[in-house]
Amino acid sequence: MIEVRNISKSFGEKKVIKDFSVNFERGKTNLVIGQSGSGKTVLLKSIVGINSIDSGQIIYDGRVYSEMDVKEKKEIRKEIGMLFQGGALFDYMTVQENVKFPLDMFSEMSEEEKIERVNFCLNRVNLTNSNKLYPSELSGGMKKRAAIARAISVNPKYLFCDEPNSGLDPKSSILIDNLIRELTVEFQTITIINTHDMNSVVEIGDKVTFILKGVKWWEGDRNDILFSDNPELNEFVYATELMKKLKSTKAKRTN
Amino acid sequence: MHAFNYIGRYFILLRYVFVKPEKRSIYWKMIIREIDVLGLDSLGITLIISIFVGAVITIQTASNIDNPLYPNYLVGFASRESIILEFSPTIVSLILAGKVGSRIASEIGTMRITEQIDALEMMGVNSAGYLILPKIIASVFINPFLVIISMFVSIWGGWIASVTTGLVSSSNYIYGLQYGFKPFTITYALIKTVVFAFIITTVSSCEGYYTRGSSLDVGRASTRAVVYSSIVILLFNLILTQLLLI
Ligand SMILES: Nc1ncnc2c1ncn2[C@@H]1O[C@H](COP(=O)(O)OP(=O)(O)O)[C@@H](O)[C@H]1O
Ligand SMILES: [Mg+2]
Repeated sequence: MIEVRNISKSFGEKKVIKDFSVNFERGKTNLVIGQSGSGKTVLLKSIVGINSIDSGQIIYDGRVYSEMDVKEKKEIRKEIGMLFQGGALFDYMTVQENVKFPLDMFSEMSEEEKIERVNFCLNRVNLTNSNKLYPSELSGGMKKRAAIARAISVNPKYLFCDEPNSGLDPKSSILIDNLIRELTVEFQTITIINTHDMNSVVEIGDKVTFILKGVKWWEGDRNDILFSDNPELNEFVYATELMKKLKSTKAKRTN
Repeated sequence: MHAFNYIGRYFILLRYVFVKPEKRSIYWKMIIREIDVLGLDSLGITLIISIFVGAVITIQTASNIDNPLYPNYLVGFASRESIILEFSPTIVSLILAGKVGSRIASEIGTMRITEQIDALEMMGVNSAGYLILPKIIASVFINPFLVIISMFVSIWGGWIASVTTGLVSSSNYIYGLQYGFKPFTITYALIKTVVFAFIITTVSSCEGYYTRGSSLDVGRASTRAVVYSSIVILLFNLILTQLLLI
């Protein structure tokens, strides 16, 4: 379990994360939802330690990450796979080199074993025959797949995804969402996903945390969320016509 | 205050750059790549500038010492001194600050704003060391070669100019080139080159590494990289000349 306890984070005068507490469980897809600018990325980067936090604690399976020194933190980071919003693939490396990079850096595998692992990961995300391509030659969806392959190449215990389907068409989005969910169950990772996409919530929201202006506003799962009476949450959930229609048909049915 | 902050973060970054690499073989690969993109890619511009400026220096020197009291082999002597002492080490380094500095800052700046540096950190890689150390090593190694090549090509350009314009005869020019030659001038030039290479790579990397924001900020960072590294080069040119020649 990842426990986030009362963390706060400011940039200068600006408070971005305010006294935030939440737990994330293993083998589940934990979603953090909220509007653009509500602090999702900052929260995620604070949990993984890219941003230092001002106060509070972050605990990875009983290990107090927020109080470790650089060296101990590095060891935990090797157990984390992270998918960045734009993919963050290394531009000057091919897909294969990107996925192989963490193995080159930290594993004692032989070259053949590494290539085998790379191909396994690329197969797993359905990205075959692209080993020799550079990131600039990939479509948005392929970039995300390659980035997921890189994130899982080291067999992470924890998987963090920042808006995994931003910039993708609805069909590709669902494929990516489902892929992340399958990987979570298959490898029993603790998975945390930032999103503002209600489709993802309905599809894969095992646990949903709603963040509003840096504050944890609501939490529940994908079923609770449609029936919550929290006005701010409803404003977010039912922002689109599609969701409003869904709500009215549901209401009609229950009548 | 701004300047102090700036200098402070430069030294903080350097401290991270010079820690033990996680894996030597990967750093080696990066060094080879940087030698190619930072060094060999700059050969063409170095050659072109050197041949033209060498010719101009020689013609200007000839027109300045156009006095019957001075022997005209002095043209070869004076051109050699200008080229070895100042043109090749300093001006070529300034040109490289423009070419290599902007390239380094925009490369690292882009990696910063597209979260590639965060990705490295998340993997447990020391991003400053991995990205910057190979650039420093490559430049410090390759720039002296560029400068030595520049010296030869400039002097050759000067020879072409003096022969084709008939200002100095070939044999006088060559006699002048050898006249009163002090090998220490080469040492002095190479010391400057190495220091300048370090300045270019570290100042530009620092600009790139601390970029925040959008692609516009990457552009600004790369402009600042060129301006700041040029200024620091000029400052150290003065300091080193005082220390080494006087
Ligand atoms: N490095 C930073 N410096 C200053 N402000 C920041 C920084 N990173 C994020 N912010 C601010 O924090 C707020 C939340 O940003 P973010 O977490 O990226 O939102 P989200 O991911 O939910 O769209 C924004 O107002 C943003 O301007
Ligand atoms: Mg975000």
